[in-house]
Amino acid sequence: MADAAVVAEGLVKTYGEVRALDGLDLVVPQGTVLGLLGPNGAGKTTAVRILTTLLRPDSGKATVAGIDVIKNPDKVRGIIGLTGQYAAVDEYLTGRENINMVGRLYHFEPAWVKKRADELLERFRLTDAADRPAKTYSGGMRRRLDLAASLVAKPEILFLDEPTTGLDPRSRIELWEVIENLVSEGTTVLLTTQYLEEADQLAEDIVVIDRGQVIAKGTSETLKDSVGGDRVEIVVKDPTTLDAATAALAALGSSEPKVNIEDRRVTVPVTGGSTVLVDVVRGLDSAGVVLEDLSLRRPTLDDVFLSLTGRTAEEEEAADKKARARSKKKKEASA
Amino acid sequence: MSATTSLQPLTTGTPEKRSRPLLGWHLHDGLVVGKRNLIQTIRVPELLFFSLVQPVIFVLMFAYVFGGAIPVPGASGEAGAEAYRAYLIPGIFAQTVAFAAASSTVGIAEDMHKGIIDRFRSLPMKASAVLFGRTYADAARMILVLAVLTITGLVVGWRINNGIANAVLAYLLLLLFAYVVAWIGSWIGLYMPNPETANTAGLIWLFPLTFISNAFVPLAGMPSGLQAIAAWNPLSALTLACRELFGNPTGLAPGEEIYWSLANAELYTLLSCGVLLAIFVPLAVRKYRRTTAR
Repeated sequence: MADAAVVAEGLVKTYGEVRALDGLDLVVPQGTVLGLLGPNGAGKTTAVRILTTLLRPDSGKATVAGIDVIKNPDKVRGIIGLTGQYAAVDEYLTGRENINMVGRLYHFEPAWVKKRADELLERFRLTDAADRPAKTYSGGMRRRLDLAASLVAKPEILFLDEPTTGLDPRSRIELWEVIENLVSEGTTVLLTTQYLEEADQLAEDIVVIDRGQVIAKGTSETLKDSVGGDRVEIVVKDPTTLDAATAALAALGSSEPKVNIEDRRVTVPVTGGSTVLVDVVRGLDSAGVVLEDLSLRRPTLDDVFLSLTGRTAEEEEAADKKARARSKKKKEASA
Repeated sequence: MSATTSLQPLTTGTPEKRSRPLLGWHLHDGLVVGKRNLIQTIRVPELLFFSLVQPVIFVLMFAYVFGGAIPVPGASGEAGAEAYRAYLIPGIFAQTVAFAAASSTVGIAEDMHKGIIDRFRSLPMKASAVLFGRTYADAARMILVLAVLTITGLVVGWRINNGIANAVLAYLLLLLFAYVVAWIGSWIGLYMPNPETANTAGLIWLFPLTFISNAFVPLAGMPSGLQAIAAWNPLSALTLACRELFGNPTGLAPGEEIYWSLANAELYTLLSCGVLLAIFVPLAVRKYRRTTAR
């Protein structure tokens, strides 16, 4: 495929008995953003580490801009940028010194690196903090610096491994803006995230992986369509009006409403998007139902994940943590 | 999004590749990483301060607590204590530069557990640069430490008696030795599970290295087996070479039979440094590659 920026075929990587990657296939077309989505331990980071030459796969092959990552790692490193889960900046160096160091290690002319550093600091709103050691930076600033450092060489392809994990919402949105900008300039991005909202916001194509394998792919829209359309959800004020509300919604929905008596909640699948909301309000009003809450829920990628794996991403993560705690305890006991 | 428009477009032209430096990319990359390590030294002045205080305390302790009790051949009484101080300072120099290894062990262990190592590894730089930079920075730091020690030595009565040229040669030997042990320390650092372990493990081998030697006491007083080990200890040769180059008491009785390693102290120092580098540079680079390829 000539215009694929990143191609991975049958990547396998095992750690002892754990198969971190179990035959992963990926294609990122040039100039697009691919969101690699999955819970903790799904193999996202392992995939990125292989594609960025930090790790050798047990088997399978991968190319970045047509260059083999296993045979030609140095060439690949020259054209990619990587921002990892933990900001890879030196905390004792200032922001400017960090970028300068990276530029020098790309083997660029010192004078050019200096110009580039000024420009990147300006763009990532770090000019005021440029000459302070990075350890004085906030989490969001460190991530921005990290991203700036990975852009020194004007990479055609950018790997972002959970770029906003651990950031507060404001910093997250700031970073999203920066990434959207890069994409609009033509950079190809492979983004991993466990935030479904993030994939939704940034990526056109989404690949969902679990246990080292691709379990679904498509655009955000097709994935959502695959789990069904929109749903109207109401909560009634008075439990005695539940039956009337259910009857009114049954007439408007595309299939049978679901009732949750305890929560006084009725949910019904609908078609027609937001126009149906008007009908719902009218119908319920004429049936004498007073509402406490009304919402049109579009399926989120959480719903997608739930329907694919039978668990939500959060449950998956909790289970993962528990398993890790268990194996740690076991290790301690045997030691 | 409104904030989007406030971002400046990136207008710098195509990246300008540097032509290959005269001494190659290994050295270039090593110097760039080493500069980072030296900047760290400046940004944590407390660490630098305490690394200077420790050898000064050693000087004072040995000079005045043990000094009177350790005889230097050819002098006794008050003159003996004075002679011991002159004898001691090159030993402290050698001991201090040997401890450069400990900071390399800790430094490498810390680097390996930080995100920065992923940054380095994702760059088209030479893999060895992390180690070259670390060892050269740790050795370079010793210039400052040696300067402070020299002043301390002068205060307690030590003197340079053999000309500046020889003294410069002695300092160069000390820095070379610092560089060599920094490689050994870095290699150890690569095996450390965390920086805390590195703190302890980085030190233990340095005590026998520095104490089973002529740094603090003349070899003549040691049991013969230990004497042989101490005599072939490169640190003994370094210490003796410095004493000779500075024109200080050597601790050898006139006509005392000595091992080849000490009879040719400068040569043996250079030889052992060469051999140790030939062993530990490839070992460390290989271990670094393996550790980071997980």
